[in-house]
Amino acid sequence: MRNLRAVYIIWYRDILRFWHDRMRMMGAITMPLLFLFIFGSGLSASMGLNNTAINYIDFMFPGIIGMTVLTSALMGGTSLVWDKEFGFLKEVLVAPVSRASVATGKVLGSATIALIPGLIIMIFAPIIGVDFSVITVLKLLPLMFLLAVSVSSMGILLATRMKSMEAFQMIMQLLMMPMIFLSGVFFPLKGLPAWLNFLTKVNPASYGVAPIREVVLGKDMSAPFSINLFGHTMTLWENVAIVAVFGVVMIALAMWSFSHQE
Amino acid sequence: MTNKAIEVINLVKKYGQLAAVNDISFDVGQGEIFGFLGPNGAGKTTTIKILCTLARPSSGQAAVSGFDVVHQQRQVRESIGLVFQDPSLDEKLSGIQNLRFHAMIYDVPSKVRGQRIEQVLNMVELWDRRNNKVTSYSGGMKRRLELARGLLHNPKVLFLDEPTLGLDPQTRNRIWEYITGLQKREGTTIFLTTHYMDEAEKANRIAIIDNGKIVAIDTPTKLKEMVGKDIITIRTDDNAKAAEEITSRYQLETRADNNELIFEKAGGEEFLPAFIKEFNTEILSISLRRPSLDDVFLKLTGHEIRQEQASGSFKEMAKRFGRNMGH
Ligand SMILES: Nc1ncnc2c1ncn2[C@@H]1O[C@H](COP(=O)(O)OP(=O)(O)O)[C@@H](O)[C@H]1O
Ligand SMILES: [Mg+2]
Repeated sequence: MRNLRAVYIIWYRDILRFWHDRMRMMGAITMPLLFLFIFGSGLSASMGLNNTAINYIDFMFPGIIGMTVLTSALMGGTSLVWDKEFGFLKEVLVAPVSRASVATGKVLGSATIALIPGLIIMIFAPIIGVDFSVITVLKLLPLMFLLAVSVSSMGILLATRMKSMEAFQMIMQLLMMPMIFLSGVFFPLKGLPAWLNFLTKVNPASYGVAPIREVVLGKDMSAPFSINLFGHTMTLWENVAIVAVFGVVMIALAMWSFSHQE
Repeated sequence: MTNKAIEVINLVKKYGQLAAVNDISFDVGQGEIFGFLGPNGAGKTTTIKILCTLARPSSGQAAVSGFDVVHQQRQVRESIGLVFQDPSLDEKLSGIQNLRFHAMIYDVPSKVRGQRIEQVLNMVELWDRRNNKVTSYSGGMKRRLELARGLLHNPKVLFLDEPTLGLDPQTRNRIWEYITGLQKREGTTIFLTTHYMDEAEKANRIAIIDNGKIVAIDTPTKLKEMVGKDIITIRTDDNAKAAEEITSRYQLETRADNNELIFEKAGGEEFLPAFIKEFNTEILSISLRRPSLDDVFLKLTGHEIRQEQASGSFKEMAKRFGRNMGH
């Protein structure tokens, strides 16, 4: 009970801070919007995906949603590094609550906040001419949240090990680009050279993006882009399971890391 | 376990080769104000960190409220309040939001939460500013808010790590009023560190710590009696001559400090009138003071407490104030 309350209050504080500072979110949506408008206007026609009946923008849009959530979730660790730098973390660490609940609160806060820019991107669907129903949004939410929780756990885990904001941001930049580019946001994960193929398969983000695309495009339309693992075509639920397992491992490590810092 | 608020036995904390805390033992009774006095780097913060479960001892034992700081961390944390040496507020939130966070995480029952928050905020005179963001607070207000926060959950033992560092004298006095008031009203045990001598005097008992070792523990009065003699400072028109006269006539050692001469004499108050009458060198000014903890520290350690490296203390100040700026 006490630990649940701790999770809640730690989560709540991060939401409160986010709300005070909501304009910062502009940073999180500028990049995805830029991609959308560049590729959405004209360029998309010339970059059509051969041998499929699908528009490039329709292909890319769900990927951009995934990318937005992923970027924000990874950056969620920033809040923990701030807490360290400004000393607030001590207040939390000396409180009579378990370190696991502190880690959980941080992860959930980061994940919740990561959903918001993802939702904002969806508002642009009609403007760009992508079909999007309310039902689709409702189906997407849990998938986005799962991706957000898993990636946030990774962000928080890394943040527990970082001593300074500079170090944290450097590591994030290093991770972010490959994770996004090799996750199927911009091109289908098919017919790639062996080493690239390998990287896309070990990238957890690939399994987060695929289900989002499947929900947005529908099963049939997205079939050509599904991930093939060891000769097996991954279903939506198999992708979800991989993201979930990755998330569980990350959050367990984050909890462990939290309990083992002085 | 005894009914001591804090018990420490042969405590050691090593950082690599450096023994930040080097085999110290002491205890603090219930309701006592206990001061840890020592220069920068003496090991005060390290001791507090161990007592508050934020660092593990390398060896030795420590218990707070009868709970072991290594094996009963949860119970220790439940019984303590803490004001850290470095800032630890969420400056993006308001004063009251900081306190609400604390009340929730310390499980202050929701029925009394609002009332407790109002009470502690009134005590540190911040109730009117409760809805302002902490960024807009002065250094003294932040410190008072931290103190209020440390008290919010009614801790049995309150740890204050340099609670008045970098504050103006007026705010320092205010904070001391709260501290002594707290001891009287609530019977809270207070463990505080300081490197201000005048502050240490206000504690019931003090431990003098230097280089990770405790060199003396006693009441301020008893400690000063160790030095015993009164300290007389004179200024004359010829200090060299005066020094010679004092040495030859009274067999007392003198020490020059700027343009003054300093010497020690037991029963100084009775000594002075005769001294002035019979002294041959012309005296420009004369003063007598009781020994201070400065003198005790000097006697025990062979160096002055204020002899800390200027760069070190500057850095510490810069850290405190630098953080309060902007962001
Ligand atoms: N985390 C740490 N790692 C290495 N050395 C440390 C650490 N914390 C403190 N020290 C060292 O231990 C000594 C005691 O420090 P501290 O307890 O902070 O002193 P005080 O609070 O009395 O000024 C200092 O020499 C300091 O540099
Ligand atoms: Mg200190």
